[in-house]
Amino acid sequence: MSSLEGYRGEIRELLELAGVDIGDEIELIVNGERYRGILISRYELAEPGYIVIKLSNGYNIGIRVKGRVEVKKLSGVGKPIFKPPARPRHITGLPKVVVIGTGGTIASRIDYRTGGVRPVLTADDLLSIIPELSTIADLDATILFSVFSEDMTPTDWSSIAIKVDEYIKKGVEGVVIAHGTDTMGYSAAALSFALQKPPIPLVFVGAQRSSDRPSSDSAINLMAAVKVAGHAPFAEVCVAMHYWHSDDVIAIHRGTRVRKQHTSSRDAFKSINCEPIAFYRDGEIQINRGDLNPRGSGEYIFNPKFSDKAMLLKFYPGMSPDIIEAIWSRGYRGFIIEGTGLGHVARKLIPILEKIIKDGVFVGMTSQCYYGRINMRVYSTGRDLLKIGVTPLDDMLPETAYVKLSWALAQSTDVDEVRRMMLTNMAGEIGERSRPSEAKTI
Amino acid sequence: MMVDYKEVGLRVGLEVHRQLDTKCKLFCSCPTESKDFGREIVFTRWLREAQSELGEVDPAALFEAKKRRKIVYHTDDKSTCLVEMDEEPPHDLNPEAIEVALTAAILMNSNPVDEIHVMRKIVIDGSNTTGFQRTCIIAIGGWIETLGKKIPIQTICLEEDAARIIEQKKGEIHYDLRRLGVPLIEISTAPVIESPREAYEVAKYIGRLLRATGKVKRGLGTVRQDLNVSIKDGALIEIKGVQELDLIPRVIELEVVRQLHLLKIKDELMKRGVSEEEIRSQPIVDLTEIFADTNSKIVKKKIVEGGRVLALKLPKFGGLLGLEAAPKIRLGAEFAGRARAWAEVEGIFHTDELPGYGITSQEVSEIFKKMNSSSIDAVVLVVDEEDRAREALERIRERAIEALYGVPSETRAARPDGTTIYMRPRPGAARMYPETDIPPYPVKPDYLERLKKNLPPTLDEVAERLVEKYGLSKQVINELIDMERAELFEKIIQETNVQSTVVASILTEHVKSLKRDGVRVEELRDEHFLEFFKLVSEGRVAKEAAPDILRWVSENPNRNVSEAIEALGIRTVSLDELEDKVNRLIELNKEVVQKNPGKAISIIMGELMKEYRGKIDGAKLHSIVSSKVYGQTN
Repeated sequence: MSSLEGYRGEIRELLELAGVDIGDEIELIVNGERYRGILISRYELAEPGYIVIKLSNGYNIGIRVKGRVEVKKLSGVGKPIFKPPARPRHITGLPKVVVIGTGGTIASRIDYRTGGVRPVLTADDLLSIIPELSTIADLDATILFSVFSEDMTPTDWSSIAIKVDEYIKKGVEGVVIAHGTDTMGYSAAALSFALQKPPIPLVFVGAQRSSDRPSSDSAINLMAAVKVAGHAPFAEVCVAMHYWHSDDVIAIHRGTRVRKQHTSSRDAFKSINCEPIAFYRDGEIQINRGDLNPRGSGEYIFNPKFSDKAMLLKFYPGMSPDIIEAIWSRGYRGFIIEGTGLGHVARKLIPILEKIIKDGVFVGMTSQCYYGRINMRVYSTGRDLLKIGVTPLDDMLPETAYVKLSWALAQSTDVDEVRRMMLTNMAGEIGERSRPSEAKTI
Repeated sequence: MMVDYKEVGLRVGLEVHRQLDTKCKLFCSCPTESKDFGREIVFTRWLREAQSELGEVDPAALFEAKKRRKIVYHTDDKSTCLVEMDEEPPHDLNPEAIEVALTAAILMNSNPVDEIHVMRKIVIDGSNTTGFQRTCIIAIGGWIETLGKKIPIQTICLEEDAARIIEQKKGEIHYDLRRLGVPLIEISTAPVIESPREAYEVAKYIGRLLRATGKVKRGLGTVRQDLNVSIKDGALIEIKGVQELDLIPRVIELEVVRQLHLLKIKDELMKRGVSEEEIRSQPIVDLTEIFADTNSKIVKKKIVEGGRVLALKLPKFGGLLGLEAAPKIRLGAEFAGRARAWAEVEGIFHTDELPGYGITSQEVSEIFKKMNSSSIDAVVLVVDEEDRAREALERIRERAIEALYGVPSETRAARPDGTTIYMRPRPGAARMYPETDIPPYPVKPDYLERLKKNLPPTLDEVAERLVEKYGLSKQVINELIDMERAELFEKIIQETNVQSTVVASILTEHVKSLKRDGVRVEELRDEHFLEFFKLVSEGRVAKEAAPDILRWVSENPNRNVSEAIEALGIRTVSLDELEDKVNRLIELNKEVVQKNPGKAISIIMGELMKEYRGKIDGAKLHSIVSSKVYGQTN
């Protein structure tokens, strides 16, 4: 029954013996020095040998446990009773939007007693914390699963796709998918292929600052996502995240064109090789480009299957052909290579690539440059790679190419059909024009 | 009014905050003081508090939440990085800052904690980009002894300094982000201080102890004192942000006057038989009609802008709102402070001060008539947008009810004249939770032992050393120390060849006399003095020019001494020109020179000083003149 999170060894035994648990008010006497406070869980990476208590002034301190130690329980945990504020008044005539949770915490509450952060799980809770949402849409919320985004797999993409399709069939007017940010770009690409030309907007949203902080970007990103889901005239799979460091503009990126470009900043997500499709500012949507799938286009195609036999390989100087050989021998049926520059790998890899292509493996080329389009006809290495059957993937993002290949391999076992799919622009993943970069003032 | 502080049961606790002079900020590698600024960055944010698990509402947090404002931060990319912008997790605790704090703790006989845990203290007014201030306890308990009394220390904390407010507009607040993250030490004493003077002495003593670490910042804005003041039957009032030591006694005196005044009003209200029920049941009435043709400019302006005049009757409060215990200490001022802070309204009037502000006695009679009241009552009027005016009056109603019970406990801000103004309600139990981005920091016993063995000299020891080294009186040296110029003094002596007595007298006497004249000497920075003495040392300006130059720089703190010399037209004199002039004066006074060289020297000096005062050092001039005069006689 005792959790005693983070405490190990002798100290854990000491606490267990005293019958205390996290959140209990305890008295601790170490070599005659008396401390009183609430027992707090121990930080996982911290040194052992300390007990952490919260003093009556709210501060935590760590007490070294050495010599004569006595622990006494003064009072037990008072179970927190949460009295949620009343749900805001229902406004009729708003579009129905569902928020699907997949991981991370869109909204949370803090237990100031123990410092614990608890995620918000229901639509009512969500509305009580971000009441503005009730003026944007008639909101429903559901938790599909709760995984760290780095743990997501192609199977999870399928599960999300199936869940979203269910809601589309139920007739909601927009879907918001709350997602951890690390692999949100991959999942957005995955849904772009699984649910092509959807009848309603499917909007991914995340936060770069966790929702327990007053400065979290979660609320405003979510407001933008719900607005786009419920009101945008376009029905695209997209990502709604901060445009810059400010809270005033949210960029709406196309799901196949977006990448997390910064480890921590609010504006981590950028549209690559194109501009965001829209912006959200002052509660309104501003469309930024024309070639968008309109709501209810009637061309919806649902194909939620993904294969786990695709591979994304970053070329680096000195890469050995053995690596490709080893992966191939594990039964992988398709490779996306992140090559150098215009789409190259070392010449010594050409024989092994030729061998696997002959074996029916799909090999597609993208660039590890952050921006630009590949062209394999400019240099001889590129031409040689084309000759052996490497497929050039234009300006497609390597991550998107990998997701698309996972999807294509699940649609067909015929490599020619897979190649045809990879070269067909299905969800805006291939751009025809390359944009000049922004002017920089020095 | 003479107050017997023992009798009123005055109790004061101090929280002394002081910036540490470390190389880097507390949680990142940005400088604590940037010399030049980089590319300008302006960004906007909104803050909202995550709800507590208990669903309870903290009064201070609610106050800020109700005022949800757009927050605009101004900074540059040399002074701040993504950490201050809340765009990157904090780096590890700055060990240099911990060392200074632990040294201070040892000097105050406080017990360092075994392991430091950084906490997040919720503050959503925008002063921290994160919405919380990072703070940690470094040591618990301890005491200092001054004026023969032991003052217990409660805690010693290390925290990040907050961003500085630049501007507040309706619905918008602007901050300068550069200060955010500068390490700040906070010393809290027990509330055992019993007089305004004692509070001053304790604060001064703590300041001296902190300065002994040699690692605290000096000058404007580096020190802030918060005072917790209470009297018998009054309430605990938290007064924030007293910057100057000299202001502490005044703030406390006025706070005692304010609390006594509120207690007197309470007694009077009791005598008049005012009840809470009566106040609560008063309707808010729209009186805009009365002012259709008003001559009051402010009322007219607000009505033209679409505002309404709303009024609330406070039964039997007549005369009490305008009653003044000391300048600005009136119940009316309390009401206005509340209304301004919560509803951001400008036009607040009450019948105790009317007719006035262009409101005529006829309009006043109309007000009383419409409100069904007489001069035994008070009517408060707010003219603004209807919603805000209503909110303001509800806050005033609440404050009026509190008047029946004496002194409401609240957080107030100190103003430069020593009065205070309502800031926000007192927060409930501090809303703190662990800063999980920063691992706990163990304080090892052997490290503490090392610190204890290598304690810096106390300021008394420093004073002794300086007296011995520079041959100045103990009084002058102590003055330099108290004025926080001792470090600067030594630097000037090292870097220039100006006499120590001259340096000391300019740093102390001259500065004090300028201050007496109302010059803002706190604007003078070390660089200013250093540049001045370097120029004196190079003979490019005379030490006599000090008052003029320092005065000018105080008024133009962003300019330097060379610019002051230029602006004041202080021309330096070449030696050739000077000799020429002296020769001519000797020629003119030939007779006297021969008969009475001493008298000749003073005549010639008198002439020269008329022309060259402040442009050349008097002593130097004297030596030139006398050598020339005596050269003539021999």
